[in-house]
Amino acid sequence: MVHLILFGIFGAICAGAALNMVLQKHPINSALSLIVVMVSLAMLYMLLGAEFVAAVQIIVYAGAIMVLFVFVIMLLNAGEEEHTKGSRVAMLIGFPSLLVGAGVLVYTLVLKGGNTASLAIGQFHGKAEDISDLLFKNFLLPFEVTSVLILIAIMGAVLLARKGGTE
Amino acid sequence: MNSALTFLLTAVVKILITIFVLLTAVAYTVWLERKVVGRMQNRWGPSRVGPFGLLQPLADGLKFIFKEDLTPPYVHQFVYIMAPMLALIASLSAIALIPIGPTITLGGITTPIQITGVTNAAGESSDIGIGLLILLGITSISVYGVSLAGWSSNSKYSLLGSLRASAQMVSYEIALGLSLVGVLMLSGTFSLREIVRQQQGGFWHWNFFGGFQFVAFFIYIMAAYAETNRIPFDLPEAETELVAGYHTEYSAMKFAMFFMAEYTNMITVACVASVLFLGGWSGPVFGPPILQSLIPIFWFLLRVFFFIFLYIWIRGTLPRFRYDQLMAFGWKFLLPLAIANIVITAFFIAVRG
Repeated sequence: MVHLILFGIFGAICAGAALNMVLQKHPINSALSLIVVMVSLAMLYMLLGAEFVAAVQIIVYAGAIMVLFVFVIMLLNAGEEEHTKGSRVAMLIGFPSLLVGAGVLVYTLVLKGGNTASLAIGQFHGKAEDISDLLFKNFLLPFEVTSVLILIAIMGAVLLARKGGTE
Repeated sequence: MNSALTFLLTAVVKILITIFVLLTAVAYTVWLERKVVGRMQNRWGPSRVGPFGLLQPLADGLKFIFKEDLTPPYVHQFVYIMAPMLALIASLSAIALIPIGPTITLGGITTPIQITGVTNAAGESSDIGIGLLILLGITSISVYGVSLAGWSSNSKYSLLGSLRASAQMVSYEIALGLSLVGVLMLSGTFSLREIVRQQQGGFWHWNFFGGFQFVAFFIYIMAAYAETNRIPFDLPEAETELVAGYHTEYSAMKFAMFFMAEYTNMITVACVASVLFLGGWSGPVFGPPILQSLIPIFWFLLRVFFFIFLYIWIRGTLPRFRYDQLMAFGWKFLLPLAIANIVITAFFIAVRG
């Protein structure tokens, strides 16, 4: 019961903030709404029992990536957005495709899925121990490859920054 | 009594007590700082209001409430009002995760002395399984208060201060997080309560001594000073360069909120340092059950007081860094050192089996 209430609250906050993000005209308001979306998503993960994913969601998305977004908006001093021809086209195509996408999702999940038995907390493998077990035993190679990939990306960024400098 | 009702009641009582004690502690940390720094600089510090100036925090609080709350023109209204709240909320919510003491039994209800702690049917106390990660998450959220305050004020000093603050907090967060990995590897859990429990039974069990985490401890302390924007890392509010940094344009209670957030962060950082490195509430206990629950709190608060005093001592001793020195120190010294500490700790754990 408590779960259902909490799910309702955070789901509503999440959807509302997501809508607000699209509708707001000032970039900083949109970025702040996106942070709210990230945090309420983390709360939803927590309700599913995936506590590690929830914490990482807050640390990585709300704490690191969105800080970068806000930083860029602050430094570029981006002003209010204006409606252009492109935005009207996007609105014309976007809203119908959103409806179609939501319809397909509802159809597959509710009508075709059938199996809506609920899970209790703890039945999900969301603990830090479970995830590290999987990460460092079953999926060690993809994990290491990903870290090398990220390292290459960092080195590429450093290289680009050096080229633009005065050296 | 209904178990849900009991849970709610104990939680509310614990939250109220903690908030009251915390805010009083924040006020008197300011008093202590002014007094101690005054003595270090060979002057009296506050001495007019009450004996030893003890009522000074009260007078300050009244002054903040009754001051005119100015909102400068050309600010981004919504963000300008929200930023101090965000800073204060983030810093206050972090304290909920700190295990302050073992369990306490009052009127047949046994509960851990920790807001997020619960007791199960078998009488064992436990807390949230990823407490430390949530703490790091809250730390990373607290950047927003500062950076949005500077941006929304629409003033060059505020913006420069907030840019410095966010760059510094983001950079030192990495060293801070990495310095905790050694402790995590030793204890094998994210639960703060469990980490304290493993350090019970004498100071040689503490992670600082028993776990050989001296290096991690000093990295943590330095990174924490930078995270809380304290001297020698207080460049975000360097008054000789930036007037007052990110809170230049704030007045009255909004300014007080930033001030409270800073001192609450200091206390939180001190609590985390005691929990992770110095054994939390561990210490000798004696007497009847109620005393056995309360004495550990005293040991815990003693450690916190030590860290607060250290903060003030350093403020009275060290000059401010230059900005490039600050960045070089964080990235080129603390970060490699933290990684080396992780490698060596991992090596020792592997050898020990």
